[in-house]
Amino acid sequence: MSVVGVVVQVVLLVVLAPYLVGLMRQVRARMEGRAGAGFGQPWRDLRKQFRKEPITPAGSSWVFAAAPAVLVATTLVIATVAPFVATVSPLDGIADLFAVVALLLLGTVALALAGLDTGTAFGGMGASREITVAALAEPTILLAGFALSARVGTTNLAAIVERGQQAPGDVLSPASLLAAVALAVVVIAEAGRLPVDNPSTHLELTMIHEAMVLEYAGRDLALVEFASALRLTVLLGLWSSLFLPWGVATSASPVALLIGVVAFVAKVAVLGAVLAAGEVFMAKLRLFRVPELLAGSFLFGLLAVSSSFFLA
Amino acid sequence: MTTQWLYLICGGLLLSSVMVLWRRELSAIVRLLVLQGVLLGGLAGVLAVRLDSVELGVVAVGVLALKAFVVPSILRRVLRDSGEARETEPLTNVTASIVAAAFLTLLAYAASRPLVRLSPSAETHAVPVGLAMVLIGFFVLVTRRRALSQIVGFLLLDNGIATTAFLITGGVPGIVELAVSLDVLLVVLVLQVLTARLRTTFGGTDIDELRELRD
Repeated sequence: MSVVGVVVQVVLLVVLAPYLVGLMRQVRARMEGRAGAGFGQPWRDLRKQFRKEPITPAGSSWVFAAAPAVLVATTLVIATVAPFVATVSPLDGIADLFAVVALLLLGTVALALAGLDTGTAFGGMGASREITVAALAEPTILLAGFALSARVGTTNLAAIVERGQQAPGDVLSPASLLAAVALAVVVIAEAGRLPVDNPSTHLELTMIHEAMVLEYAGRDLALVEFASALRLTVLLGLWSSLFLPWGVATSASPVALLIGVVAFVAKVAVLGAVLAAGEVFMAKLRLFRVPELLAGSFLFGLLAVSSSFFLA
Repeated sequence: MTTQWLYLICGGLLLSSVMVLWRRELSAIVRLLVLQGVLLGGLAGVLAVRLDSVELGVVAVGVLALKAFVVPSILRRVLRDSGEARETEPLTNVTASIVAAAFLTLLAYAASRPLVRLSPSAETHAVPVGLAMVLIGFFVLVTRRRALSQIVGFLLLDNGIATTAFLITGGVPGIVELAVSLDVLLVVLVLQVLTARLRTTFGGTDIDELRELRD
């Protein structure tokens, strides 16, 4: 029975991810006084690109061809196992916080290798920047993960979410709040949003993610774009499940699942809209200031761990 | 329930002291000090509810008035007169300061463990926060060059001492608190005058310019 929950969750995330990107672009457009292309535009773009033939640059190896598939596959695994809609799942044993982080990093590394594989100046630059950001964000994720799991005594995501539902007061504890801030910065950095990276620019001075995918075309480009939309949804969903665990279904009954779906869509939509609204008022940080931001989030993670020990 | 609030306020105090190291604009730092003053008043208030003490409630109001309104308004006036918007070059860069703050927090935790073990209770468990604030205040005093940033470091230090005192003793007697608060106010006023003199003499408040004594 609980298999239904997993299927619902995967289908929901796959369908929802491009719409989330559309929503965020629409919010930005409206706040900047433009009409915007509508929520469905990313799906329309994807459909068009999926029909086109992929072209690989001369001299690139299988790494370049495999990277989009690896990126989509790792993100889909996270979308399957993590407790976004329901905590009861036959895959519960795999839903480990650190496994999820490792899968995210695997996708990043695959794309960075593909960027290097093309041998172009832009690809290499984007890959080196992406790996720098990922390397700086990684310790923060681990520390925030420790802070969250120290309270529950396990790194199982479903257990952390269930504990958050049973003891809502814990969500207001200093350790949890500090971890929330630390992970929010990491989510922004990993998803390649402002102020770390600007997803809507093609200027060589500012590009991180876009520089790596410049050589992709057709179906491969569609896969990369879809994967980055899905990553954003997964990251926002993970953050909302960890720090706003209300509404996540703890049983496999249809009503609970329905509530879980509605709550998930509402939470991710609100978070996405807030992120997009914040981006309107924010400029991109200089690349040399990014380590400062990530060091700050590392400190938040460290304070979260230490305060989870000295403040019960 | 009050324990939860106590811990939340302590977390906020720690966070606001660390944020002082992160921000560069002096006006933002003064806003953080206001926040810290409010939290410190809140800490005294929560302790007053926990210990059911009216005297501590009065102290809470006094702390709130002094640290969230009087001292920041003096600092704002200094800031407006000085025309220096930001700490241009601290002796250590921001990333290094942040990492140093992390280590200072861990040091505070390690140093206060014997204290916590003496009488384990909700209040004493939060004592490392106070010690960490003291150490971070020292750090700001040592590494910042503008006179105003140094006043900020001094105030952080004082807030840390006040936090530690509140948490360890369960509220100092009102008369002691009053004396300490007046001392702090006096020091800030003296520093304000000093800053003004510095500026008229040297045209800036960079402490490194003060190499020798003259008459």
